[in-house]
Amino acid sequence: MSLRVLGVAALVAFGLVDSTASAVALSDAAGRYAISNNGSSIRFAIGKIGGGGLNGAFGQFKGTIRIDGGDIGRSRVDLTIFPDSVGTGQGRIDAFLKSDAVFDVANSRQIIFRSTSVQRTGDNSAVITGQLTARGHTFSEKFAVELQGMKGGQIRFHVSGKVFRSRYQMDVGTPIYSNIVAFDMEFSGRRG
Amino acid sequence: MLRNTTTRYGWAAIILHWLIGLIFIGQFALGWTMVRIASQRTAFELIQLHKSFGFLLLGLVLIRIGWRFANLSPELPEEVGPMERLAAPSVHFLLYAAQLVVPLSGWVLVSVSVLEIPSVPFNLFVMPHLPLGVSEQAEDFWIFGHKWLAYAGIALVVLHILAALRHHFWLRDVVLVRMISPLIARRARKPE
Repeated sequence: MSLRVLGVAALVAFGLVDSTASAVALSDAAGRYAISNNGSSIRFAIGKIGGGGLNGAFGQFKGTIRIDGGDIGRSRVDLTIFPDSVGTGQGRIDAFLKSDAVFDVANSRQIIFRSTSVQRTGDNSAVITGQLTARGHTFSEKFAVELQGMKGGQIRFHVSGKVFRSRYQMDVGTPIYSNIVAFDMEFSGRRG
Repeated sequence: MLRNTTTRYGWAAIILHWLIGLIFIGQFALGWTMVRIASQRTAFELIQLHKSFGFLLLGLVLIRIGWRFANLSPELPEEVGPMERLAAPSVHFLLYAAQLVVPLSGWVLVSVSVLEIPSVPFNLFVMPHLPLGVSEQAEDFWIFGHKWLAYAGIALVVLHILAALRHHFWLRDVVLVRMISPLIARRARKPE
C-alpha cells in the first residue's frame, strides 16, 4: 500500500470520527448522568526538571453531570476524588503522595470539585469553571470539556486542565517537579 | 600564607579542612535525621538538602586533593613517636578516601534509584545522574553501602578528632594549632 493511499485512508477515518463527534451536540445531551468508574479515568502528569515526569491516576472517584438542555451555562458538574486511590506504578511514590507531603489522606480524604459556571465554546465543547477543594484550600479552576459521544443513555466526555499544586499546600519538590499538574480525564456517565 | 610550607599549613588547606570537616559531620547528622523524621514533606526537603551538600562536599574534596598534590605537606613535629609517624599517613589516606567515597556513593545511590528524582544542588543546576542501571536491587545495595560508608567515615573523623585533642592537650605540640592558623602555628613552633 502506497503512502498516498494510507494518507487518504487516514483522512477518511479522521473525517468519520469528526462527523460522529459533531453529530452529538451538548444541547441534545440534556439530563443527569452519574459518573461511572467503568470507562472513566482521572490521569495526571507532573513535569520534572531535565525531562520526563511523574504520571499517575486516581482509581476511585464519583460524581454527577447535569446538562441543562435549555441553557448549557446552567449545567452542573460535581466530582469527588478519593486521593487514597492514587497510583503511579511505584509503591513508594504512592505512599509519598498519600502522606502529609502531598494529599495527606489521613486528614483529608476527599478532593472535591463543584462547578460554578459552564461556558460553551463549540458544538460539543465547553469550559467549566468551578471550586476545587483539596487539603482544606479552595480555589477557582477551569477545565476544558469535550463531548465525545452518546449511546444508549451513556455519555462520554474528555476533560483536561492544569492546576497549580502550590495553591493546595502540595508544592513539595518544586522546582525539581513542576508546580503545574496536568489533568487528562475521561468520564463515562449513565443517565438517571 | 595561602600555601603550605614544611612546618605549617597555609590558609587554603586550613579553610578547606574545616569546611569539609563541618560539612562531613553536618551531612552525617542530616542523613541520620532525614531517614527518621516522621513528616514525609520535611524528609523530602532534607534529602534534597543532603544531596546538595553532598555535591558541594565532593567538589571541595576534589579541590582539596588537588591542593594537597600541588603543595608541600608539613612534617610532623619531632616529638611524634615512630608508631604514630607510621600510622598518620594511612589514617590521612583513609580520611581522604572516606571524604571522596561517601559522597560518591550517594551520587551512585541517587543515580540507580527507581524513583529517578533529579539532583538539583541548591536549586541552581541539574547534576546529571551517573550512567548506571536503575533497579530496586541496585538501590537497596547502595542504600546499604552509602549508609555504612558514612558510619565508617564518621568513625574515622571521631578518631581524627580524638588524636588532634590528644596532641593538643596531652602531648602539647603544634599538630592541632597549625590547622587553626598559620600565624598561631608560627608563634607556637619551637625555635629551631
